[in-house]
Amino acid sequence: MAIEKFKYDNQLTKCFAYATLVWGLTAMLIGLTAAFEILWPQVDLGLEWLTFGRLRPLHTNAAIFAFVGNGIFTAIYYSTPRLLKTPMWSPKLGKINFWGWQLVIVLAAITLPLGITTSKEYAELEWPIDILITIVWVVFGLNLIMTMVHRRTKHIYVAIWFYIATFVTVAVLHLGNSMELPVSFFKSYSLYAGASDALVQWWYGHNAVAFFLTTPMLGLMYYFVPKVSNRPIYSYKLSIIHFWSLIFLYIWAGPHHLLYQALPDWAQALGVTFSVALIAPSWGGMINGLLTLRGAWDKVKEDPILKLFVVGVTAYGMSTFEGPMLSLKTVNAISHFTDWTIAHVHVGTLGWNGMLIFGMLYWLVPRIFNTKLYSVSLANIHFWLATLGLLFFVIPLYFAGFTQALMWKEFTADGYLQYPNFLDTYLNIRPMHMWRALGGTLYLTGAIIAVINIVKTVKSGTFVRFEEDEAEVEVAHNAEDKGWLGHRTLEGKPLAFTFWVLIVIIIGGLVEFIPQFIQVSNKIETEEGYAIQKPYTPLELAGRDIYISEGCYNCHSQMIRPFRSEVERYGDYSKPGEYIYDHPFQWGSRRTGPDLFREGEKGGKQNRPNAWHYEHLMNPRKTNVQSIMPAYPWMATKDIDMDIIPAKIRAMQTLGVPYPDGYDKIAVEKLKAQAKVIGDDLRASGIKVDDNKQIIALIAYLQRLGSDRSGTNDVDKYISLK
Amino acid sequence: MSVIYMTISISLLLALGFLVAFIWSVRTGQFEDDYSPSVRMLYDNKDEPQSTDTVMEQEDNDK
Repeated sequence: MAIEKFKYDNQLTKCFAYATLVWGLTAMLIGLTAAFEILWPQVDLGLEWLTFGRLRPLHTNAAIFAFVGNGIFTAIYYSTPRLLKTPMWSPKLGKINFWGWQLVIVLAAITLPLGITTSKEYAELEWPIDILITIVWVVFGLNLIMTMVHRRTKHIYVAIWFYIATFVTVAVLHLGNSMELPVSFFKSYSLYAGASDALVQWWYGHNAVAFFLTTPMLGLMYYFVPKVSNRPIYSYKLSIIHFWSLIFLYIWAGPHHLLYQALPDWAQALGVTFSVALIAPSWGGMINGLLTLRGAWDKVKEDPILKLFVVGVTAYGMSTFEGPMLSLKTVNAISHFTDWTIAHVHVGTLGWNGMLIFGMLYWLVPRIFNTKLYSVSLANIHFWLATLGLLFFVIPLYFAGFTQALMWKEFTADGYLQYPNFLDTYLNIRPMHMWRALGGTLYLTGAIIAVINIVKTVKSGTFVRFEEDEAEVEVAHNAEDKGWLGHRTLEGKPLAFTFWVLIVIIIGGLVEFIPQFIQVSNKIETEEGYAIQKPYTPLELAGRDIYISEGCYNCHSQMIRPFRSEVERYGDYSKPGEYIYDHPFQWGSRRTGPDLFREGEKGGKQNRPNAWHYEHLMNPRKTNVQSIMPAYPWMATKDIDMDIIPAKIRAMQTLGVPYPDGYDKIAVEKLKAQAKVIGDDLRASGIKVDDNKQIIALIAYLQRLGSDRSGTNDVDKYISLK
Repeated sequence: MSVIYMTISISLLLALGFLVAFIWSVRTGQFEDDYSPSVRMLYDNKDEPQSTDTVMEQEDNDK
């Protein structure tokens, strides 16, 4: 066959590499700010845009989609053409991919601090940005697949398989979880409610970790570890086996985020089973990466890039060991809602993602600038700062998680909670949070040194835009592959391959969703819920949207698990039927503050007067001097948006919430009536406040939470036509 | 509980499907060469591996 000459274009690799560095520092800086805010809430400077509830989603989105996202695009745009022996199919689509992705990030950085959010973790961006993400992602996938179609090599190297799985699955996840009904340009409601919404969200959330933070990184590992160490991957056979088993198993694991929660037991059991099974393919990947360096450990001793890779791949092994363990119900009963989860994800992001990406950049940037790395010793310093930073970050958090969980569960000999005041359990782990902030500072310092090193490297070289290469044309298009199921179809034909990946990843989701959705529509599980649960009043709905907008769910759960300690502390445990009108659900994932689900049950363990809520929201230090909650004084000056209320009611009706016909026309009137009652109550306590302020709506929502079951509220008059 | 008969039969069908796919992929020769792709990716025209020897040695050792 003929030998052809062609050129690789390094332009996009360079752009994505720069973006990785810029957004990497940004994500880490936001994370560190959030870490200091937990220690001293005053760090938010009293600005609503900087409160923890708004910064935390910005941090997670920036770390996942901006830092790691640009990092994996760097890897894909560099390695794909070289593995397939052809330039990327369309430089124009590549450019759209780059600028579109940066636009998404900038929009996230603007909207999230403004409180424009869907509240679904790692999918907080509102619907117009979701559409933009979809377009950019399709552009990326089209370019990737068409490059495969035009390849010169016959075999497609395994790294590309992982890229394809990333494209297909993230597309499915994004579309599945972002199903929302727009109310305005900045606001939408999830199509799913309560337990179903939670199931879809954590199918998404867990597999964002799997297919955005894991599969593309494995592809990166399968290209760059062999390249840097100049040795073939330990076992190519293992890479094939663990690819198919990993993508098949991962998609089922989502429900392990909802153990002991108001989700059917069979779904929880499936989540646990597949999570435990996942250790096999995950460790297959780790072993394959580490054993590639067998007989080359002398190189690892000298080369900071390989050191970063070794610690990164080891961190992958550790977090994928920890994941199955955390999925066991007995362990999860302790770990869930605590810092253990935070430690777990940071082993993954700081260790696995961060170290592999920095290692890749140290190798790749000198190559495309035709020079050597500016300073190996600076890279070594970075390696040690990153490693120590990771350890100082996660080890104290393991202690913190365990300690706090045990304090939550501790009873006195007389059968009372040993630590009835939630804040006491937090103050005890505060020193560990200081260590965490130190760890984060070390890691960020290392990253700053890395950026300096790379900038100096760039300055010492000249950019090589085009690299020439030549290769034999092994793929005779249309010639030997006869028929759709022809020879080497599975690996050889990119479209068929993509199709098979889709089939494999979709099974788990379907098995878990279909019964849950059928059950909900049959009203079996939730029969009681439909009998007891009442829709939110317009004022409560407005308050709920403020709760979502301020990101309260980042610190407060609304999910009481059926444990004696939780029932004792918060009240009766949560039932699925109590969430049927929750679009979206607000179960939360970390209790930095107490659970709020029975907050509204009159005479309940958590119930407090309106005036207490007012004072507490205005300045939490007033009700408890050691509180770490941000103050929300602007809620007493900002007005409730009345104009949007009828549209919100209509949207809820569309989603199946049973407001009577024509209720949207009187909703504002009802809102004002209820607001006046709360306003009068506050004014009777000597508080000066107007009825149309946001704080009134939020108090109304808090006073409603979890109260329908005990029938301790009088909201019927606000949700009827009379 | 009757749903279990449905789920078991679907699982068995699925497993059978995967088995058939596996047998087919072996028969069509997709597992015939599970070594050379891992070595081929190391060679680029511009930057030949710095020491080709180590790769070759490795290859010999594995055989």
